[in-house]
Amino acid sequence: MEINIINLITIFILAVFVGNEIINKVPPTLHTPLMSGSNAISGIAIVGALLAITADGELSTYFGLAALICATINVVGGFLVTDRMLKMFKKK
Amino acid sequence: MDQIQITNLLYLIAAIGFIVGIKRLSHPRTARSGNFLASLGMLVAIIATLTSGTNFDWPLIGLGVGIGSILGILVAIRIQMTQMPQMVAIFNGLGGAASALVASAAYLSGSDSSYIIMCMSVLIGTLTFSGSFVAFGKLQGFISGKAITFTGQQAINALIFGSAMALLTVHNFNLLPDDTIFYTITALALMLGIGLTIPIGGADMPVVISLLNSYSGIAATATGFLLGNNALIISGSLVGASGLILTNIMCKGMNRSLVNVIFGAVGSESSSDASIQKEMNIKSYSTIEAAMILDAAEKIIIVPGYGLAVAQAQHVAREVADTLEAQGKKVLYAIHPVAGRMPGHMNVLLAEANVPYDLLKDLDEINPEFEDCDVALILGANDVVNPAARHDQSSPIYGMPILNVDKARTVIINKRSMNPGFAGVQNELFGYDNSIMVFGDAKDMLNDLLKELREL
Repeated sequence: MEINIINLITIFILAVFVGNEIINKVPPTLHTPLMSGSNAISGIAIVGALLAITADGELSTYFGLAALICATINVVGGFLVTDRMLKMFKKK
Repeated sequence: MDQIQITNLLYLIAAIGFIVGIKRLSHPRTARSGNFLASLGMLVAIIATLTSGTNFDWPLIGLGVGIGSILGILVAIRIQMTQMPQMVAIFNGLGGAASALVASAAYLSGSDSSYIIMCMSVLIGTLTFSGSFVAFGKLQGFISGKAITFTGQQAINALIFGSAMALLTVHNFNLLPDDTIFYTITALALMLGIGLTIPIGGADMPVVISLLNSYSGIAATATGFLLGNNALIISGSLVGASGLILTNIMCKGMNRSLVNVIFGAVGSESSSDASIQKEMNIKSYSTIEAAMILDAAEKIIIVPGYGLAVAQAQHVAREVADTLEAQGKKVLYAIHPVAGRMPGHMNVLLAEANVPYDLLKDLDEINPEFEDCDVALILGANDVVNPAARHDQSSPIYGMPILNVDKARTVIINKRSMNPGFAGVQNELFGYDNSIMVFGDAKDMLNDLLKELREL
């Protein structure tokens, strides 16, 4: 697959602007869930890990496996613990 | 539509899930559904990946997902709310490690991506990994929580970073084998992560955790560039931006610049200022007397500090507040940005104790409220209520935004002893005319207070 670096940079810059907009609106009271939730989102490396686990049985596959374990802990643990916290926030 | 287009479309849907999910975090009411939406986005991204190729090793993928899920579920269920900073530190590290490992796998499989991008991706991921584990060790008490500094520390860090950059440049001239450069850069990144984190300690830990959170996002973005994958770039940027914004908020909360936190190492300064103590006239009251003052009050603001959480006293604090409210009094909570060990930590600890979130007020909201407040009840907070930050230019905390508790009619301060706080500064508030001290463990004192209030 041909990679167009300018397209990637475009997406990157726009995503930073979007991130800046929406995250500034998160109130201080939810900053800890925001962090654990973004932990889960940074588990997106799971995509790269899956792509590295090919059936060729090469050394790179095992690096992919290690990456997959790390990223899955992030995704599963991150979303679950965030939900656990958000469940506790109640109005009077 | 061909396969690549379908995959990219699914990645776009995943990204929308993350963005709308974070957007819904703008209010506690919608936050839970936002988190759920983001997790759906992740599921879509995984499905998109698994339907895009044909050459997967399915048993190995099942194994990895199985192990990761079990560990993730265990952590999520068992972690205590006071340990949240440690958990986030570990997750930051795992995120960095995953990105670095993906980049390494790409390198080992002879990917035709840019060598520079591969090295950068491994560099950022690896330093996030080692830095996060040092931060975890400090928070957990495995290594000294104090800043560890020595002469030439910054020069060494600069040297490590410089060497890594030099190696990347050298690559263009084919002077060294690719492998040598790649592995040396990985080793240098490991050292750099440690080198950048050990000199930071004490009250600065919230900044480090936020910063490493940002790094873990940047590492994912770098890996996205490496794989030409939009999902990684967008998600990584969101996390990177989030971490940076929180870092900035934490720095502002302490009136420090980021450069100052990274290179200043304030946590270690054994405050020479504190030794020149002014004479203070401290009034020590009993719990009964405190209960009588609270009984006569109409508006009470509780100022919780980390000491309250350490003593696990937030639950009994809420009971005291409930009792006061039942008597028709108005009770609010004032939360300083750096009240806990990470951004928003105190809010979660209070939510766990069933304190309604609409009673938790941040600095800007609550400061005007102190002026017509009868009692400010300070529980385990110290530096964040020190009025010296407003006027005493010689104080190390001068300029830090504080909660103006001294404006309240009466300030009741519970402390275990007269030990100074994190910044090593003695608090002049304790000697103010409207201040009274109630010494003792927070939990014991609040339990006594609760009993007295119910008897009055």
